[in-house]
Amino acid sequence: MAKITFITRNDEHYILEADSGSLMELAVQNGVDGIDGDCGGVCSCATCHVHVNTEHMEKVGAASEIEQDMLELDDNATAQSRLCCQIDVSDELDGLVVRVAR
Amino acid sequence: MNEVERCIIVGASHAGVQLAFALRTAGWNGDIVLYDRDPLLPYQRPPLSKTALSGEGTMKLMPLKPEQAYTKAEIDLRLGCSVCAVNTAEQSVTDDGGRKTYYSHLVLATGARAIVPPIQGSERAKNLFTLRDGQDVNRIRQTFNPLQSSRVVIIGAGYIGLETAASLKKMGAEVTVLEREPRVLARVTSPEMSAFFTELHRNHGVHIACSKNVTAINEREGVQQVCCADGSAYTADMIIVGVGVHVRQELAKQCGLRVHNGVVTDSQCRSSVPNIFAIGDCSLHPNAQYQRFVRLESVQNAVDQAKVVAETLAGRCARYEAIPWFWSDQYDIKLQIVGLADGYDRVFFRDESEGNTPSFSYWYFRGMQLLAVDAVNNAKAYVVGTKLLKSNAEVNLSRLQDLNTSLSLDALIAS
Repeated sequence: MAKITFITRNDEHYILEADSGSLMELAVQNGVDGIDGDCGGVCSCATCHVHVNTEHMEKVGAASEIEQDMLELDDNATAQSRLCCQIDVSDELDGLVVRVAR
Repeated sequence: MNEVERCIIVGASHAGVQLAFALRTAGWNGDIVLYDRDPLLPYQRPPLSKTALSGEGTMKLMPLKPEQAYTKAEIDLRLGCSVCAVNTAEQSVTDDGGRKTYYSHLVLATGARAIVPPIQGSERAKNLFTLRDGQDVNRIRQTFNPLQSSRVVIIGAGYIGLETAASLKKMGAEVTVLEREPRVLARVTSPEMSAFFTELHRNHGVHIACSKNVTAINEREGVQQVCCADGSAYTADMIIVGVGVHVRQELAKQCGLRVHNGVVTDSQCRSSVPNIFAIGDCSLHPNAQYQRFVRLESVQNAVDQAKVVAETLAGRCARYEAIPWFWSDQYDIKLQIVGLADGYDRVFFRDESEGNTPSFSYWYFRGMQLLAVDAVNNAKAYVVGTKLLKSNAEVNLSRLQDLNTSLSLDALIAS
């Protein structure tokens, strides 16, 4: 089981627990504002953009080439950016904090 | 007449659900009532022909929003409930339970229904399905899994037909796809892309047969055959019909709205009656980029139109000016499309494949105007194409064709 914190644009904190599925699914199923996941989680819409805390970047691993390219659709993309449909929940992610991108 | 501020939304799929929540985000304080005939908690549609169909275990639909979110946003969700009548004079709808509800604003997000063409014998055919909603997928799965032999004939090689072919192949079926036109995806893409997808499916062992006009479904001694006008016949333990949709526009007609293969709207998604709107697959709306009316069947269109109506009802000025985009996942191929290629007079091909993995893009132009980009396993081309279409900048064609020029907005803008 991993405990994952989402911080919304309004600074609301959602502390959620899961052991499977993607980060996007976890956020959508708990109504985290700003994570839409319009394409259902296939890296096609870029509506699940989060910024990962710097110290957790290694934990979540690197974005694939397609994900990196899709992130370029968003002017607010930074080195901390990920599309969270591409991050699978696992025990290793316990303690992860991500911030919903503007 | 009633005084209540209430938005009634008919249809709780991507467009309707998005609108209900976007209204709250936009500050709408009135009531929101959201109807759908489908009894299931509203769910993602694109996975239906893909992971929802081929996934192991019990069928998993991905809810668009969790159930408690509707309560929290004070959205009155009426599922398994059809709106059968609208009275525009008194501004009310009546549902199939006889319940009357008044509205100040009515939004039709009624979508479309799968066409079952009048094929002789189709009404008696065994294991014949369309694929449009969760119940269709459930029926297909429940029928398919216990089949002794699994010869599936798919009628129609559009995106639904081809995605379903890929999924069923993954599930172990012997799949034949019959297409009436001379090529697959004939109505929606270029001959080049059709050729690519035909080869892709053949390489995965799917039998694709074009110029096949299905005329009858016959059964002899327990064996079912799909028969074509040219005399050919294909044995089918299961038949999937994916030949397109008809817009659900009965309510719109009843309201006296202008209807023409879709509910005709302006750029605010407003119908010919000022307090009635239409969004999603059922709307025929003006597209500023292409200077014509279009009807689009896509998540992007549903979501973006919903946002426009939410802003409009909240009293702000919003126009629907989004550039259409689409995607399709088949096997390990990701197709991403931005723009509408209809009317192109030339196409440029960029092949950036490495090894056995295809990665390429087709760029469609009319004169110097970029119309659309099809990108296969090449999100970069999709993203740069999107930016070029948004900027309306002239594209430097020689750089586009030069594979030593890596794709970027700056590199491709003419100078």
